[in-house]
Amino acid sequence: MITPTPGIKTTALLCAISLLNFSLFALAGEMKDGTIAKQNRIEIKDFAFDPQKITVKSGEKITWINRDGEPHTVVSVGKKFQRSPGLDTDQEFSITAGAPGTYEYFCSVHPKMTGTIVVEK
Amino acid sequence: MSNYICHDHEHDGIDRRGFLKCMAWAGTGVLWTVSGGVLVSKTLAEVAKTGSSLPKATDLSFLQISDSHIGFSKEANKDVTETFKIALDRINAMPTQPAFLIHTGDISQLSKPEEFDTFDQVLKSCKTKDVFYVPGEHDVLNDGGKLFRDRYLKSVEGKGSGWYSFNKNGVHFVGLVNVVNLQAGGLGQLGDEQLEWLEDDVKGLSAETPIVVFAHIPLWAVYPKWGWGTDDSERALGYLKRFGSLTVLNGHIHQVLRKVEGNVTFHTAMSTAFPQPEPGKGPNPGPLKVPAEKLRSMLGLTSVQYKQGKSALAVIDSNLS
Repeated sequence: MITPTPGIKTTALLCAISLLNFSLFALAGEMKDGTIAKQNRIEIKDFAFDPQKITVKSGEKITWINRDGEPHTVVSVGKKFQRSPGLDTDQEFSITAGAPGTYEYFCSVHPKMTGTIVVEK
Repeated sequence: MSNYICHDHEHDGIDRRGFLKCMAWAGTGVLWTVSGGVLVSKTLAEVAKTGSSLPKATDLSFLQISDSHIGFSKEANKDVTETFKIALDRINAMPTQPAFLIHTGDISQLSKPEEFDTFDQVLKSCKTKDVFYVPGEHDVLNDGGKLFRDRYLKSVEGKGSGWYSFNKNGVHFVGLVNVVNLQAGGLGQLGDEQLEWLEDDVKGLSAETPIVVFAHIPLWAVYPKWGWGTDDSERALGYLKRFGSLTVLNGHIHQVLRKVEGNVTFHTAMSTAFPQPEPGKGPNPGPLKVPAEKLRSMLGLTSVQYKQGKSALAVIDSNLS
C-alpha cells in the first residue's frame, strides 16, 4: 500500500484545477446562440495556409496544423515572432498574438507559401 | 532505361546537337564520358598516345545520388532506408567504382540527427568512400543548416552557408547552397555573398576547364509555381557562360529532367526515396504515391554520357527496378 505523498496530492490538485480551467475556457468559447466561437486555427494543406489571412485579437492563441505529407514551417517575415520547427504531418505549432499590427509569414521550406496575421486590440 | 537523344537519325545514339557539343570539347582537347552519373575525361594527347579513337572511360568517374529523405515513412514509400540501400548496392555492383559520389541534398526528411545517423550508417556499405554534399531544404529545417555543415561540409571547408569548390582530374567542381535564407514568396536563392565568391572562384580558370556545378534546387526555372527554380541562378550562370563545358547537376524534383542550352547541360536526378509529380501535374509537388510494383522504376541514379569516337551525347537514367 502506497500512501500518496504531499507532492502527489499537490499534483492531483493542480490537475483538478487545470481541468476546471479547461472547462471554463470551453464554456467561455460558447456563444449565446450556442455556436462555438471561432478558433484561430490555420490548416496547412496542399502547400498553402488556410485561411491565408486571419484576424485575431491581441492575446489570442493561433495554431497551425500541418495536414500535408510534406514538412512545412511557419516563419515570420522580419523575425517578428518565434518561428516554428519543421512540422511533420499532423504536427501543430502555436503562438500567442502580440502587439496589434499586420504580420506576414511564410514556409521556409516552400517560400511560395505565404500567410498574413492581422492582430487587433 | 531511357536516353534523351532527340533526333537519332542514324540509330547510333548520336544526334546533331550531341555531335556538335562533343566536337566543341574535342576542340578544347578534352574528350568526355559521363555515364550513370559517371564522368570520364580523356585529353586528345592521351588519345593520340594510345592510338585509340575510342578512349576507355577511366580518367575520372563519379556518381550522383539525391533526395534520400531518410526518416520519411508515408504511403509514397514506407521504407526509404531500404531503397537507399538498394541504390548503394547498384553502385557497389558497377564494374568500375566511381572515384566519388555527389549527394545533391535532402539526405534527411526533418533534419533530425538520428536521420543523418541512419544515412551515415547505411552509407558505410558503399565501396566508394568519398562523398561530396550540398544541403537540401529538408536538411536545414531548424538551424539554418548548422548541423548539416558540421557533419558534411567541414572536410571541404564550406564557406558561408556551405558552398565550396574542388578540382579533380582537371575538372572544376562547384557545390552551391540555394536552400538557406529563402525569402517569402521566392524560390531557391544563392545570395550576394555566395555569388561574389563564385565569380571570384572561377575567375582564374581557363575557358577550357570543364565545370560541374551541383546544388539541390534546380538552377533553371523548371516550374517556379512549385518553387522549382532559383531566383538568382541567372547571375551565377553569367559567371560561368564563358566556359566551353558546363554541367549543372540538381536534385529536389525527384525526377529526371534535362535541358541543353549552348555549352550548358542542366540535369536533375531521381530520388532514392519517392517520386514527385511532373511539373504542374497534380495539386502540389508533394510525394507521389504510385503502385508498389512501379515505385522502384521511379527511383534511382542518373547518367549523363558523352562518348568520344561515337561523338554521342546521352543522358541515361538507371532506376532501381
